[in-house]
Amino acid sequence: MLETLMLSRIQFAANISFHILFPTITIALSWFLFYFKLRFDQTSDPVWMRAYRFWVKIFALTFAIGVVTGITMSFQFGTNWPKFMETVGNIAGPLLGYEVLTAFFLEAGFLGIMLFGMNRVSARVHTLATFIVAIGTSLSAFWILALNSWMQTPQGHEMRDGVAFPVDWLAIIFNPSFPYRLSHMLVASGLTAAFLVAGISAYRLLKGDDKKAPKLTLKIALTVAAVLAPVQIFLGDMHGLNTLEHQPQKIAAMEGVWHTEKGAPLLLFAIPDEEQKTNHFEVAIPKMASFILTHDLNGEIKGLNEFEGNHPPVAPVFFAFRIMVGLGMLMFTISWLSRFVLWRKEELPPWLLKSLVAMSFSGWVATLAGWYVTEIGRQPWLVTGILTIKDAATDIAPANVGITLAFYLVLYVVIMVAYLHTIFTMAGRAIEIEEISIDEQVKTLVNMPNKIVEE
Amino acid sequence: MFDANTLALIFVALMGLSILLYAVLDGFDLGVGILLPLDQKDDADTMIASIGPFWDANETWLVLAIGLLLIAFPAAHSYIFKELYLPTAVLLISLVLRGVAFDFRAKAAFSHKPTWNRVFKGGSLIASLSQGYMLGMYVMGFESTLAAYSFSLLSAFGVAAAYSYIGACWLIMKTEGELQVQAVAWAQKSGLICFIGVIAVSLVNPLINPDVYAKWFSSANTLMILPLPLICFALFIFSHIQLKQLPKKNDKGCWRPFVAAVVIFTLCFFGLAFSFFPYIVPNKLTIWETASAPESLSFLLWGTIIVVPVIFSYTAFSYRVFWGKVRELRYH
Repeated sequence: MLETLMLSRIQFAANISFHILFPTITIALSWFLFYFKLRFDQTSDPVWMRAYRFWVKIFALTFAIGVVTGITMSFQFGTNWPKFMETVGNIAGPLLGYEVLTAFFLEAGFLGIMLFGMNRVSARVHTLATFIVAIGTSLSAFWILALNSWMQTPQGHEMRDGVAFPVDWLAIIFNPSFPYRLSHMLVASGLTAAFLVAGISAYRLLKGDDKKAPKLTLKIALTVAAVLAPVQIFLGDMHGLNTLEHQPQKIAAMEGVWHTEKGAPLLLFAIPDEEQKTNHFEVAIPKMASFILTHDLNGEIKGLNEFEGNHPPVAPVFFAFRIMVGLGMLMFTISWLSRFVLWRKEELPPWLLKSLVAMSFSGWVATLAGWYVTEIGRQPWLVTGILTIKDAATDIAPANVGITLAFYLVLYVVIMVAYLHTIFTMAGRAIEIEEISIDEQVKTLVNMPNKIVEE
Repeated sequence: MFDANTLALIFVALMGLSILLYAVLDGFDLGVGILLPLDQKDDADTMIASIGPFWDANETWLVLAIGLLLIAFPAAHSYIFKELYLPTAVLLISLVLRGVAFDFRAKAAFSHKPTWNRVFKGGSLIASLSQGYMLGMYVMGFESTLAAYSFSLLSAFGVAAAYSYIGACWLIMKTEGELQVQAVAWAQKSGLICFIGVIAVSLVNPLINPDVYAKWFSSANTLMILPLPLICFALFIFSHIQLKQLPKKNDKGCWRPFVAAVVIFTLCFFGLAFSFFPYIVPNKLTIWETASAPESLSFLLWGTIIVVPVIFSYTAFSYRVFWGKVRELRYH
């Protein structure tokens, strides 16, 4: 029987991993929708409304799953990690409170108007509602990443009798890793949504959809992906340098550096061996890790030996990092290639469309891998230097945690299967709808929206 | 600005407000879920359409209420939800299933719609029952006795009936024709069960809980608090009479049972709050003992003073946009 600590960790990881998939899409998809709606208001071209209507439904579904899976989080802080709130609740509490007050209510309050209110409010108010929902989703990322970053690189507090008290809220929110983590996450969301939009649009084109809308959304999504992919690589590098400064043991685990060395090689592949404190089957570029991290071929990188008993498990961090970087490079390559072909030929060959379909959810994998790097890389600390995971755990009977964990896992499998199935069903339904006809001109569309066949 | 004791009072008031708003708002949409007919009639679509634009925001009040408990009274949060660990998991899973079913039923393959309708109804019912069960255990001080479990079961059905009642009243207000007539019948039945439930809880609570008894029946308090159960009783009677006459010509007064239900919810809530204050875990922990650091609560209070009125105004705006009888729900 696994102990309560391990079960609680698995349960929390399962809950938060499953939850984050959906906000990762909606944070950026809401901005795509705002752009579609804005373009429709400006041009009155029905194709923008088509794009909006198709994607707003996927947004609604994704958003709903994000909301309900997020509710579980607010209960678990207290049930499974009681010492977390007892020790740093004075810091974590208000940050979570502001997330609920300024972000959750904003999104949920205007979502109804955004989804179902187009006939009941003016076009301008409806576009404004879409905009406010987008602001709300980004604000929620702001607050939750402020808290997460503070847990990684805490500052602006003082410890009294083992409890953290706030001293400077601005220092707490804008802690050293926050700007990097926030921008890295927002761009990750942008890439996730862009590859989803591109993938589903490519799916429709492959299945013989000849309408303008999927071609337009494919083009926009690829443009966004082509711009964001290199930005993300740059931000990732900056984030890495920041981590080197504040959490060098995490970098040592990411790079698989067991002993402090000068001119450390960049390991493309290896199998870290925690017991012998070495790597097997290394495939490496000499001196490259030192160059990337210190901008000096012979720069020194601190090894795991300097953090004995105080560093994360190496293998999961090491592999997750390579999955994230590998996917990032793949996203960069495929977005540039597809966008270039689209620019020269106006349409993509089937093999490229198929690749894009295969990449539809690549953003999910990369985002999760990135989160595993940073969260497992924080171990054994829950809050760096203040509270370890072990000390925060609950005393609930392991059997109870085991039961709830099993329930959650079954639930998540069911929802995931239904979600993927539904998205492709919706795409399939959209294919059968006819193209906007000539007599369905702009004015008719605006005046009698009910007459339009729903896409 | 405020001292620690005042801050604890302000935050327990805010939390109470969130719980009450949650019970009323998510109460009616959970109730509509419980009442959902499974026989492929259009009624199901109309009923869901009546709550479609609101349920997300309604559920956010739960996140705020639990969030405030976690933020302002972390020791109480940890105590309560460790005691209620399994019922909480049941509540969460049913809320998740119900929430996703709401979207899947409209968007998945048409052949799956009946299944998702069932999930929506079942999820709504189990969520309501588990909330009632948790309330019962809370009132009973988390005892592991047969009496506590029986009372919690009673409370589970009481809360499910109360949600069905306010849900039915919501439908009377938002629908017309056959469905409205049906909703009146639902409101009559569930109103009766709810009435019995309220009486039962009102009797059992002071009887098992000496402190509560003392509070309600000490001479000074009794006069002050007496109007509360009396008004509650009168409102049940009023609602009963109204329901007999509904629907009227021109749909006059279709909103009355709903307003009565909201006031009944509010009075019951105040009754419970009065019984336990200043305890946040009955007879064990007070709000003063569990409150977070004043510097944290002050920081959050500033934002709350600014943000909560804004939330109220755009929530009101959203209800105004979807005012009146429900129309078909479409994404445009």
